[in-house]
Amino acid sequence: MEPVDLEFEEADLELPSEPMTLLMGPSHPAMHGTIRMILKLDGETVQEVDIQPGYLHRGFEKMSERGTWSQVFPYTDRLNYVSPLLNNVGYALAVEKLLGITVPRKGQLFRVILGELSRISDHLTCNGAIAMELGAFTPFLWYLKAREWVYEACEEQTGARLTHSFFRIGGAAAQPTAKLENLIVPMLPKLLEVVAEGESLLLKNRIFLDRTQGVGILTKAHAQQMGASGPVLRSTGIDYDVRKDKPYLTYAECDFDVPVGEDGDTYDRFMVRAEEIRQSVRIIEQSLAMLKKIAPGSPDDAVSVSDPRIVLPPKKDVYTTIEGTIAHFKLIMEGIDVPAGEVYGYTEAGNGELGFMLVSRGGGNPWRARVRGPCFFSLQAAHDMIRGKMLADIIPTFGSINMIGGECDR
Amino acid sequence: MSKLILERLQAAFGDDIVEVSSFRGDDVAVVKPSRWVDACKFVRDDPRCDCGHFTDLSAIDRCDPRTDELDMADRFEVYVIAYSIAKKHRVRLKVRLPGDEPRIATLVGVWAGANWMEREVYDMFGVRFEGHPDERRILTYPEFKGHPLRKDYPANLAQPLLEYREGTFNKLGPFLQDEGMPLNRSPRSDDRN
Amino acid sequence: MAELETRVLGGGESGFATTKFELLLAWARKYSLFQYPFATACCGMEFFSAASPRYDIARFGAEAPRFSPRQSDVLWVVGTISQRQAPVLRRVYEQMTEPKWVIAFGTCASCGGFYDNYATVPGIDKIIPVDVFIPGCPPRPEAVLDGLMLLQDKIARCDRTPETVKNTQLPAGAEETLEKLYQLRMKP
Ligand code: SF4
Repeated sequence: MEPVDLEFEEADLELPSEPMTLLMGPSHPAMHGTIRMILKLDGETVQEVDIQPGYLHRGFEKMSERGTWSQVFPYTDRLNYVSPLLNNVGYALAVEKLLGITVPRKGQLFRVILGELSRISDHLTCNGAIAMELGAFTPFLWYLKAREWVYEACEEQTGARLTHSFFRIGGAAAQPTAKLENLIVPMLPKLLEVVAEGESLLLKNRIFLDRTQGVGILTKAHAQQMGASGPVLRSTGIDYDVRKDKPYLTYAECDFDVPVGEDGDTYDRFMVRAEEIRQSVRIIEQSLAMLKKIAPGSPDDAVSVSDPRIVLPPKKDVYTTIEGTIAHFKLIMEGIDVPAGEVYGYTEAGNGELGFMLVSRGGGNPWRARVRGPCFFSLQAAHDMIRGKMLADIIPTFGSINMIGGECDR
Repeated sequence: MSKLILERLQAAFGDDIVEVSSFRGDDVAVVKPSRWVDACKFVRDDPRCDCGHFTDLSAIDRCDPRTDELDMADRFEVYVIAYSIAKKHRVRLKVRLPGDEPRIATLVGVWAGANWMEREVYDMFGVRFEGHPDERRILTYPEFKGHPLRKDYPANLAQPLLEYREGTFNKLGPFLQDEGMPLNRSPRSDDRN
Repeated sequence: MAELETRVLGGGESGFATTKFELLLAWARKYSLFQYPFATACCGMEFFSAASPRYDIARFGAEAPRFSPRQSDVLWVVGTISQRQAPVLRRVYEQMTEPKWVIAFGTCASCGGFYDNYATVPGIDKIIPVDVFIPGCPPRPEAVLDGLMLLQDKIARCDRTPETVKNTQLPAGAEETLEKLYQLRMKP
């Protein structure tokens, strides 16, 4: 029998391709539940994309204006909820900048250690999620297993698994517990093992490599224009890390490297995060050693400043002395008296530069607390990473930005 | 270290820089609205400032019209923070805008990243950006009325898109309507009802 | 109720049970829940944890997530629902086929939590009916498992009144056991 399509030209066989509009999200597993993308597709190629954030807008900034300075801490936990302690540290440092105080050395080291633990859990989750969204479920489960250890250590110290609200203006809520070090020290080598194990599954896998290398490329110049920071910026080859460029706490004394990528693609972002986990482990190890060197009883040996106008009195005093009761009452009801002024305090959080723009008019309430959520900026840069690429490339690209709804939409 | 940017700005713009200040190491310059875009371009392009990294753009509502006597002519302040990765210094430029119909030229031409931030400022404060390519609300929904971060927007004035189901409690537990705010909070906390 | 109407009869070599058809169906449903995780916010992290190796929600017959509402039985609303998100949630709920159940995971989903402001819905029961509320900000994975078991109970009882997961006390002696476990783990 003769083939029926003999008299057709090749071109006639092509299906007509009108651009198709596709709504992706917000209730899409890869969109983390909070982003809608409106795509104009030509076949499988994305011609135009409109990213719409805002599905998790919870009014962080409005709520901060309603309470005292200390009452903002629980809200900061829920900004980047994968690494809550780093947000606590960022906010505490910003208010301390406004107050003009510094925390004693032990408190600083304590913040570094817990903050870096948080960063590890952040990167583990993000890298695991990238792998899972590409179909590799095993690394995801392994990384979650490792994250569970981090949570355990944080829970031992702060009493909560996820929303710690642990640091305070002028210090921390409690002294390091006796078990904390015992939990952290054996965990670190195991953590590195799990990270390496996960990588061994992924980095020789053709599927993973093909779907991440050369996908979602961001150029240096564009990243700067867009205000990207953190791993997204570093993957393009710019070694901007607040911990190195404007060291705060005790980061200046730590010996660690800032990993940078070359191409700014999804693969580089994955690798930068993986390497940062290793660097965080180094920082924690060094900080634990430094913590040991502090002479007991010296002024360094305190987690909080000793100013009664800033730090709550110990609970024992509150219940037994009248001064303690009054100091406690005034600090809780009226808040810390922060001098008028405005500052922009910034730290390196899991996703990049986390900035707090705080405005005070004096008194116990913030007048304005603006937070610069790093992934809001990276997400904006995603327009150019996605445009002109294939539909399926959106998933790894978007995953590697590590969009966290709480921080992005606030 | 870095009074440098402020000095360069003052040298280049003279009286159009209304005010400069440094507080806790943050350098701030207030620019006249007419020179807003020029000043930002200058900070970006001047080889000694070289602030190519767009860090942040947002706004501050400086007075609560219900309680403050403050001058409504300067009610809003839009600021932009720029950073130089090579020189490791940053500067905050500000512009002051009147309380009714605040408008300012857009910065999208200077830093492309300003796009979403300006949409956010428009959404939250109602400041309009002239020449903005895509002025829509970004965090709230198109049906939303008013601008939530203005001080006179009551924090709990919700504008639901769906009607609530019958027979559900209005609020549970400690969040009762008449709870009020304890003691010495500022009067704007009373906007609960 | 279930006990009264279900009888196990022995006799001969094979025993058999009599029950009402509904109850049999409910019993079957209870252990094959396909879930739709509508995860938006921080609680999603604890939802991951509950599904992860340590807590392993699969032990309770509720492993398979289905990201299509038409294929799922349980809607987990995990995290804050903003006013903007509300129509999406309602739409997802309407697309699910009967029988369907809803679990409000966390304080935000149950009552809005401490986001008492213009942006958030004060509890998803304002928009869709809820079967089980799990309190906590975020709830611990143990509480999540409690919530799931409560739902299974309710399914078996054919009971559709909303219910909250109760606070559970540690059984006597649990503290010492935990301490012993810790000592064991710390041994090199
Ligand atoms: S209940 Fe708490 S942890 Fe859960 S979504 Fe709400 S704020 Fe986040």
